[in-house]
Amino acid sequence: MSDKILELDQVSKNFGGNHAVSAVSFALKEGEIVGLIGPNGAGKTTLVNVITGVQRASAGRIHFDGLDVTDQRPFQAARRGLARTFQIVQPFPAMTVLENVAAGALFGGAQASRAEATAAARTHLEFVGLAAFADRPASALTLSGRKRLELAKSLAMKPKLLMLDEVNAGLNTSEIDGALTLIRKIADRGVTILVIEHLMKVVMSLAQRLLVLHHGQLIADGVPREIVDDPRVIEAYLGGKFAKRVKEMQHG
Amino acid sequence: MQYLQVLANGIVLGALYACLAVGFSLVWGVLNVINMLHGSFIILGGYLTFFAWQNFGIHPLLALPFVAAILYGIGYVTQLLVINRVVSQPVLTTLTLTFGLDLILYNYMTVFYTATPRRVTLDLGHVELGGIFMPVDRLFGMVLALALTGMLYVLLRGSRIGRAIVAVRMDGAAAALMGIRINRIYAITFGIGALMAGAAGAIFSMVFPITSNLTGDFLGKAFVVCVIGGLGSVPGALVGGLALGIIESFAGQFFGPQHALTVGFLLMLVLLVVKPTGLTGIKGYE
Amino acid sequence: MTPTTRYLIFALWVIVLASTPLWAGNYFVRMAITIAMFSALTLSWNLIGGFTGYPSLSTAAFFGLGCYVGALSQRAGVPMILAWVAATVFVAVLAAVFGAIILRLRGHYFAIGSIGLVEVLRLVTSSWGSLTGGGDGLNVPLVQGGPNVVAQTFLAAMVTIMVIVFVVTVLVDRGRLGFGLRCIQQNEDAADMVGVDTTRYKVIAYTLSAMFCGTVGAAYASWTGYIDPTDTFSILMTIKVPVMCLLGGAGTVLGPVVGTGVYMILEEILWANFLDYNRAILGAVTVLLILFLPGGLLRISYKTVLAQLAARFNRLGAAA
Repeated sequence: MSDKILELDQVSKNFGGNHAVSAVSFALKEGEIVGLIGPNGAGKTTLVNVITGVQRASAGRIHFDGLDVTDQRPFQAARRGLARTFQIVQPFPAMTVLENVAAGALFGGAQASRAEATAAARTHLEFVGLAAFADRPASALTLSGRKRLELAKSLAMKPKLLMLDEVNAGLNTSEIDGALTLIRKIADRGVTILVIEHLMKVVMSLAQRLLVLHHGQLIADGVPREIVDDPRVIEAYLGGKFAKRVKEMQHG
Repeated sequence: MQYLQVLANGIVLGALYACLAVGFSLVWGVLNVINMLHGSFIILGGYLTFFAWQNFGIHPLLALPFVAAILYGIGYVTQLLVINRVVSQPVLTTLTLTFGLDLILYNYMTVFYTATPRRVTLDLGHVELGGIFMPVDRLFGMVLALALTGMLYVLLRGSRIGRAIVAVRMDGAAAALMGIRINRIYAITFGIGALMAGAAGAIFSMVFPITSNLTGDFLGKAFVVCVIGGLGSVPGALVGGLALGIIESFAGQFFGPQHALTVGFLLMLVLLVVKPTGLTGIKGYE
Repeated sequence: MTPTTRYLIFALWVIVLASTPLWAGNYFVRMAITIAMFSALTLSWNLIGGFTGYPSLSTAAFFGLGCYVGALSQRAGVPMILAWVAATVFVAVLAAVFGAIILRLRGHYFAIGSIGLVEVLRLVTSSWGSLTGGGDGLNVPLVQGGPNVVAQTFLAAMVTIMVIVFVVTVLVDRGRLGFGLRCIQQNEDAADMVGVDTTRYKVIAYTLSAMFCGTVGAAYASWTGYIDPTDTFSILMTIKVPVMCLLGGAGTVLGPVVGTGVYMILEEILWANFLDYNRAILGAVTVLLILFLPGGLLRISYKTVLAQLAARFNRLGAAA
């Protein structure tokens, strides 16, 4: 049990009559890189929101690092080592890049003083390759720069588990390669990583295991190679008709 | 029987409140601006009606369209030339701006018209029905207030301009993409807000003595009605206005007239926290 | 501007205000008292309105409450300074409770709720005649001594309160709290995500911003010797304070002091010269401020302005 860092047990989230997430159960082992995939609207972001306390689960329990965190608030998640980046990046626009990261270090990473937080922030900026932009306002960064900033901010919070929500969306191929290298480096430090993506090919190379969400339900959980051949996954991604046609073609 | 009388008074008052607040609510809902000028617009409408009646003997009903048109013009120009420049900025900016404009308008009214309470006296007598006593001018005011509020509703639902206003209220960016000129819609909306304020003022001048000292009170009423009923919709203002009128009427009866206002404001504070979308539950701008 | 320059400017301003009895008449001493008083209020407002970015319009609620708690305590025989302390504590507790409820609202709803508090307290005070004297107001025991002694006492008191709030502002600005508040001001959800306990921080900021309004109110009641509901729970005051702060520069340390000084001196000149139109002129100043000076006086880059002016003059010179 102790090597499970995060465990979801029958977690559901309803909005009115709409089941955004229904009875999802899975566990993440310490040090794993896991991909959470699914088509748009599958409930991936809602699931992350529920895990980090942005939205409260309608049913089920969530355990993190041996603690029941089902009813936690986002700031508590941050302090417990549950960090995330956003699909739509959320910087403090008028603050400098350095201050943005220092905020993560001070409040989430429990640094004792602003001076220490700033010092820690510098090393994280160097790690993600933004050291040269430390004193620019965050709003002046490009999209890929802002995604790196998000990453540095999350790292400054000394996470045990890092959830990356579509970090690659909107980036070009070489930027994606850079981001993937960074994510591997973070994993090498022993941080458990959950990569949320709707593009399957991005996670294929990165993740040791894939979780597939469709209409709020977990339809598959396994190693990437098996997942891509799973008919339910193909159907989820390509739609029923198309999947049937593929099947017919295979049967000749 | 006594309660019926209190209820009748409340409904009459409530209709006037709805008419008073509906323009404020529209501006808040569509422009996301708290219009601190609203109270002064009401008084200006009332004064203009009064002077038309006193100096030229024009019947208020005849003056009302002209007063409304003048207020519309003032509102349209104010929004187009001044408020539009900062309309997308934070609450405090637009609130402070309209407060500054209000100081100017208020000062103008006190200097040129003085703060003497004024009232158009029509002497229409009163009616008695089933033991309920009601002055005819009040009844007349109520009908007029409901008619104007209803007309605004029809305008918003039925006309091209109305549909455009509603579109901007729902999603300004999408409306702009569809070719709606946002700044013009904002100006029209603010103009309509001022028009409704002016019309409400005209009606008030027939029912109660009005003075520029009342601008703050009217503004406060508009706040309360909006929060009680829900923002930015005509039905919301109607429900909020009627609710406030009836509550004030009964609170005045049971706790004494000096507490009627307090009860209204307390209700507003409670509702703000418990149900910010108001009684009608129609979601406001934010 | 370095922090040291800021503190030096503030120290100089404190000396100017505090020394008025030595070099000026009663009129200027009175003005110095009023400026110190409003500076304390704008500095207070800045903590919630500037640092945290919540459009609070409840200054007059806490000021008025301070007036009444102070006055009633003094009438009950509590010594003046203790009455001020009582007012401060009372207002702080009430603000913490009210803040915990109302700070869940954002934007316009928060603004309306905070201004609603002013109205409710004014109405309650007006109608609770047996305790507050209702619309007739309350007399407060006067300070013993000649007019000069009284003026100097209250000048010392108001300047001291102003200095205290300034020190609090500096401490907040440099500390963890201030950093967290700025995060909230920039993006509240993101602040929550990086581990800022936003609710707690907002309530602390709101309480800090309210409590000294209570102190100022109690001191004001002792100074004037008479208070009534419309004068103390004034909507004009509740909006004037943010305007003064915006004029100087909201969210800065020195801005509230600069804004208050400039505004009050301007207002005084207008009162003296255009009695009938002073409100309209204040309104015009407010409108111009919002349209052309959105960041306040302290955010103007004076170097750029001077450079532009110089360039214009040069062009004129060349044309001639």
